[in-house]
Amino acid sequence: MISYLIRRVGTSIVVVIGVSIAIFVLLHAIYPSPARDVLGLRASGTQIAAWNKQNGYDDPVIVQYARYINNLLHGNLGFSYANNQTVLALFQERLARSVYLSGVSLVLALLIAVPLGIFQAVRRNSIGDNVATSVAFVTYSMPVFFLGLILIQVFALSWPVLGFEASQSTSLLTVMGDWHDMLLPVLTLTLITVASFSRYMRSSAMDVLAQDYIKVARAKGLPERLVLLRHLLRNACLPMITLIGLSIPLLLAGNLITEYLFNYPGLGLLFFDSLGKADYPVMLAYTLIGAVFVVAGNFVADLALTAADPRIRLV
Amino acid sequence: MAGQITSLEAAGTALVPEGGEIGAVQSGWRLALREFAGNKLAVIGFAIVIFFVLFSFIGPLIYHTNQIDTSLSAANEAPSASHLLGTDSNGFDQLGRIMVGGRAALEIGFFAAFIAIVIGALWGAIAGLLGGFADAVMMRVVDVFLSIPFLFVVLILAVKYGATVLSLSLVIGGFSWLFPARLVRGEVLSLRVRDFVAAARVAGAGRSRLITRHLIPNALGVVIVNVTFQVADAILAVSYVGFLGFGLHYPSVDWGDMLSNGVQYQTDGYWWLIYPVGACIVLTVMALNFIGDALRDSLDVRLRRR
Repeated sequence: MISYLIRRVGTSIVVVIGVSIAIFVLLHAIYPSPARDVLGLRASGTQIAAWNKQNGYDDPVIVQYARYINNLLHGNLGFSYANNQTVLALFQERLARSVYLSGVSLVLALLIAVPLGIFQAVRRNSIGDNVATSVAFVTYSMPVFFLGLILIQVFALSWPVLGFEASQSTSLLTVMGDWHDMLLPVLTLTLITVASFSRYMRSSAMDVLAQDYIKVARAKGLPERLVLLRHLLRNACLPMITLIGLSIPLLLAGNLITEYLFNYPGLGLLFFDSLGKADYPVMLAYTLIGAVFVVAGNFVADLALTAADPRIRLV
Repeated sequence: MAGQITSLEAAGTALVPEGGEIGAVQSGWRLALREFAGNKLAVIGFAIVIFFVLFSFIGPLIYHTNQIDTSLSAANEAPSASHLLGTDSNGFDQLGRIMVGGRAALEIGFFAAFIAIVIGALWGAIAGLLGGFADAVMMRVVDVFLSIPFLFVVLILAVKYGATVLSLSLVIGGFSWLFPARLVRGEVLSLRVRDFVAAARVAGAGRSRLITRHLIPNALGVVIVNVTFQVADAILAVSYVGFLGFGLHYPSVDWGDMLSNGVQYQTDGYWWLIYPVGACIVLTVMALNFIGDALRDSLDVRLRRR
């Protein structure tokens, strides 16, 4: 167990270093120096060269990479000249809102997908199962924005009970209380996630249902409710742990589109705004953070799975 | 159902040579094909994909529209006999435009998937064959790229270098070869220690024959299944890039871009600018997913036989 842990930590560190190199190469290739943003459009080539020399942007790439890493380790993610603010401050301002949107959606998605998948597996090939499978298949093939647009059309335009723009408040507490405006963005992200989770949950629950211990539980006369709650639910949920870890890139992408569609001022919308302003420090910092988050998510998921499933014998 | 089973058995007996127990490699594939053809969803999915290929590539030859010159006097017209799906805000015929967008979506989808599969299969096969340290390094590279949220990089590169069919295919393909690489590596690792490979070796097969006749045909299954999902994912990715406004430029257009233009008129009730093109994205992606799922199932049948 300990040796597995050490090896798993080691791989994660190697991957994070690889990610930092990849992002740095990307940054270096498309945004080698902020001189143009600092000095303005009318600066001459010589002025830019002098500024680059003064600020170390013509140092060897290795030196620049070392400086980049040093900055990152000190919490310096770069400076957004378009916003005249450090990237870190921009992120801190918006992080809570994005975490709230994605977190609530993820939790809701699990609360829906887990019982739904179990229901579908137990009532396999019933009308309910077929309907749920069909709906999940269509939703799974749908771009997030199209799902959002349909929800907006139904719940905000045709039958105006909800808002089509997310809460614009800067206070998280107000955002949390504003269900009228937050329900549609949350619902959009939730449904997209449910579509992929419920498919896995259904097949995982079907696998567990075929296991001998379910037969034993039934044979010894346990009420079906207890068989499902004690034996099926807990075992069928195990693959979901890995799935949550793996679905982080999808959640980030969904978050980006949902925030754009509902004009919700979180990290996704910040990323979108910086695309329009060619604000590369923000874009690349967010990509880096996303990647680190993915590595961390997979790591935590692996650990959680080994903790939750004693059958996994690790050497 | 019963008729299907007997016909399968008939096919099986016809294929097994007199007095022989060993089925040819082809019989497994034929079984897979039969299983695929017997899957209703797969046939529907296949029909939808064929329809969209014809619609996007042959359609403009039959349904002539002007997708070059704007015509503001004919902007945002509701569907009529002259414009079957109405016109958009530039006066382009919407149905004709969906065809143009479909061409871009399919071209990028298939080209990106092709790139992804070629890189992925090579990378995975080399890593699997080399093994040891080289394998570890190559697979950590895969881990690194798999961790970087790919939509973000596609968007960044689209902003920096502009989006064309070629550039989007390269970028999407260049970030989608990671799963194929893992799959092929896994297959190669398991295949190279199988009995039939040892048997072929004992029978005197050379390395090239081993690879072309035994390893590649057997690893092909997972690759083919993955291709369909790759095409679907690439089409979705293009629609995201287009919807955010960083897609193809005039005179090309992509479905996501068309949708984002249509959204501006959502409150005006110009449904023809939103739902037909949205339905096209969903149908194409869903059809490809149907095919992928059915291929995976039919491949399982082949594997069970093996």
